[in-house]
Amino acid sequence: MTGTADLLILLPELVLAVFAMAALLAAVYTEKDGLTPLLIWATAGMFLLVAFWIGVQPAGARAAFGGMVVDDAFARFAKVTILLSAAAVLMMSQDYLIRRGLGRFEYPVLITLAVVGMMLMVSAADLMTLYVGLELMSLSLYVVAALRRDSVKSTEAGLKYFVLGALSSGILLYGASLTYGYAGTTSFAGILSTLDAEVPLGLLFGLVFMLAGLAFKVSAAPFHMWTPDVYEGAPTPVTAFFATAPKVAAMALMARLAFDAFGAIPGDWGQVVAALAVASMFLGAIAAIGQRDIKRLMAYSSIAHMGFALMGLAAAAAGDPRVAAAGVQATLIYMAIYVVMNIGTFAFVLSMERDGRPVTDIAGLNQFASREPTKALCLLLLMFSLAGVPPLLGFFGKFAVLKAAVDAGMAWLAVAGAIASVIGAFYYLRIVYFMYFGREAEVLDSRMAPAQWLTLTLASAAMLAGILNLFGVEPLAAMAADSLVR
Amino acid sequence: MTIADYAFYAFALVAVAAALMVVTARNPVHSVLWLILAFLSSAGLFVLLGAEFVAMLLIIVYVGAVAVLFLFVVMMLDVDFAALKGEMARAMPLALLIGVVILMQFALAFGAWVQADGALGLRQAPAPDPAAVENTRALGLLLYDRYILLFQASGLILLVAMIGAIALTLRHREGIKRQNVLAQMYRDPAKAMELRDVKPGQGL
Repeated sequence: MTGTADLLILLPELVLAVFAMAALLAAVYTEKDGLTPLLIWATAGMFLLVAFWIGVQPAGARAAFGGMVVDDAFARFAKVTILLSAAAVLMMSQDYLIRRGLGRFEYPVLITLAVVGMMLMVSAADLMTLYVGLELMSLSLYVVAALRRDSVKSTEAGLKYFVLGALSSGILLYGASLTYGYAGTTSFAGILSTLDAEVPLGLLFGLVFMLAGLAFKVSAAPFHMWTPDVYEGAPTPVTAFFATAPKVAAMALMARLAFDAFGAIPGDWGQVVAALAVASMFLGAIAAIGQRDIKRLMAYSSIAHMGFALMGLAAAAAGDPRVAAAGVQATLIYMAIYVVMNIGTFAFVLSMERDGRPVTDIAGLNQFASREPTKALCLLLLMFSLAGVPPLLGFFGKFAVLKAAVDAGMAWLAVAGAIASVIGAFYYLRIVYFMYFGREAEVLDSRMAPAQWLTLTLASAAMLAGILNLFGVEPLAAMAADSLVR
Repeated sequence: MTIADYAFYAFALVAVAAALMVVTARNPVHSVLWLILAFLSSAGLFVLLGAEFVAMLLIIVYVGAVAVLFLFVVMMLDVDFAALKGEMARAMPLALLIGVVILMQFALAFGAWVQADGALGLRQAPAPDPAAVENTRALGLLLYDRYILLFQASGLILLVAMIGAIALTLRHREGIKRQNVLAQMYRDPAKAMELRDVKPGQGL
C-alpha cells in the first residue's frame, strides 16, 4: 500500500513537479513570455534549494512505492550533481535566451520537468520507473532542442533527436521486455534474485538491448550519430544543458541498472561497457579533429568524455567489490568534473558573437588573447583541463578512471584511454593555439552577462583550486559507490 | 480443438494479415481501415485471455478515438505517399538485409528461450487473485495504488507532450480579428449606432 512515508521519500521530486505546474499556470495567466526572466531565476533558485535539501538528507537507503524507487547515497550524489548543473546552465543562459528572442516561458518549465525525470531515473529500482523517468526527460529535451522553431537547423535537431530517441527507447523497451520474459518481474531486486552464473541467451539479448538504449542516451559510440547534429542545431543554452545534466543522469542510470539488476553477472555487461568505452574514446578524439564549429567540437568532446566515464564502469565489472566500488567512484568523480568543465566552456561559447550575431566557428578565436586576456586565460585553463593536462582538475578525473582500470586488471583499457586522450588533446590545444598565436583575422566579440562571467571564472578557478582536495567530492563519491556496490 | 482455440487462430490470423495490409496498402485511408481491423482482432484476443476490460478499452480508445483521429489526419494532411514510398524503395535492399539478419538472431534467441525458475511465481505476485477480484477492479488496484507513482509520472509525460505541442506549433499571428467576449458583453447598444438626419442632396 502506498502511504505518506512513500511520498515523503520522493518529496523533492514532487515539490519540483508542483513547482513546474505552478510556474506554467502563473506564466499562462499573467504576462506569458514577459515572465520568463523571473521564471528562469526562480527555477534556478529552486534547483539550488532542492539540491541543498537532498544534500542534508540522512544517510542510508530507503525504498518507496513498493520498491519502485530507492533513495540512497548514489541517487543523492547524482541528484545533487544534476540539480546544481541544471541551475548553473539556467543562470548563465538567461541573458542569451532573452537577447536572442528565445525567452519562451515554456523553457524553464520543460527544464524543470526534465530534471524531475532525471531524478526519477537515478532513483529507479524498477524497469518501469527507469523507462518512465527516461521518457519524461527525453520528451522535454526533444521539445527544447526545437525551441527555435523558425530556424531549420533547430527544427532538424529536434526532429532528428526525436526520431532517433524514439528508436532507442524502442530498443530499450524491447530489452526490458526480454528481461521481464526471463525474470518474470521488472523490479531490479527481483531480476537480481533470478540470476545465476549461467546466463541464457534470451536474457543476454535483453541486457545488450537495454545497454544499447542507454548508450544512445549517454551518446557513447557507436550510438552517437545524433550528437553532433543535435548539439549544433539546438540553441546554445540548450546544447549546454544537453552536455551536462542528462549525461550525468543517463550514466548514473546505466551504473544502477548494471549493479542493482545485473550485479550477479558483471562479466557480461562489463565487456559491452568496455567496448563502448574504447569506441567512444577513439571516435570522440579522432572525429573532432576535423571540426571547425565549437558546438560540434564539444559534441565529439562529450562523446570522448563519456568513453572515459564508461571506462570506470567497465573497471567496476571486476568481481572484487572493493575494486568495483573504486570503479563506480571513479565514474562519479569523472562525471562531476566533466560537468564543471563543460559548464565553464559553454559559458564562454554563449558569449561568442560578432556584430551582435552568435558565432560558433573556432577560427573566430584567432588572436582572442590580445583582446580579452582574462577570458582567454579562463578558456585556456578549461581547455587544458578538458585535455587532461596534469596539474588541472580534468587530469584527476582521467587519473581516477585509468587507475580504476589498472586496478581491475584491465591495463589494455587504460593504455587505450591514455592514447585516445593524447589524440584528443590536439583539438583542445588547437583552440588555445588560435587564441594566443593565431593569425590576425576577423575576431569575435565576447559579450558576457555577469552570470556568464561569474560561471566562466568560477569554473576555471575550480580547475586550479580543485586540485587540493577535489572540493571533497572524493569521499562523497566513495559513499555513493559503496551504496551501489554491496 | 475447442471453440476458443479456433477463435484464437481466427483472431490471430486476421490481426497479422491486417497489420501486413496496414503497411502495404497503397491508399493511406485503406491503411487506417486495416488498422481498425487489426485493433478489433486484438480486442478479440484480449477477450479470449479473460481481460474484458482491456478489450473494451482497446475498442473505445483505439478504434473509437485514435483510429478516427488518424483518419482525419491522413485525409487532411496532403502527404505524398508515392514519393515517400519511392524514397523507401531505394533503401529497401539494405533494410531487408538488416531485417533478415536481426530476425535470424531473434530466431536463435527464441530457440534457446528459457525462463528463470521462479519467474512464473514472480509474474503472478503483483496481481490480485483473478478468481476473487474481477479484472476492472484488479486493474484499478494495481494502477491507482501499487503503480500510482508510474501513473502520475505518465501524467507528467503527457503534460510535457502537451506543452511541447503548443510551444512548437502555436503562432500568435498579427492582424487578425479575435473575438473579445468581455468587450462584446460590455458593449452599450445606445452608443453602438448613431442616427443622423441627412438632408436630401447633401452628404455628411
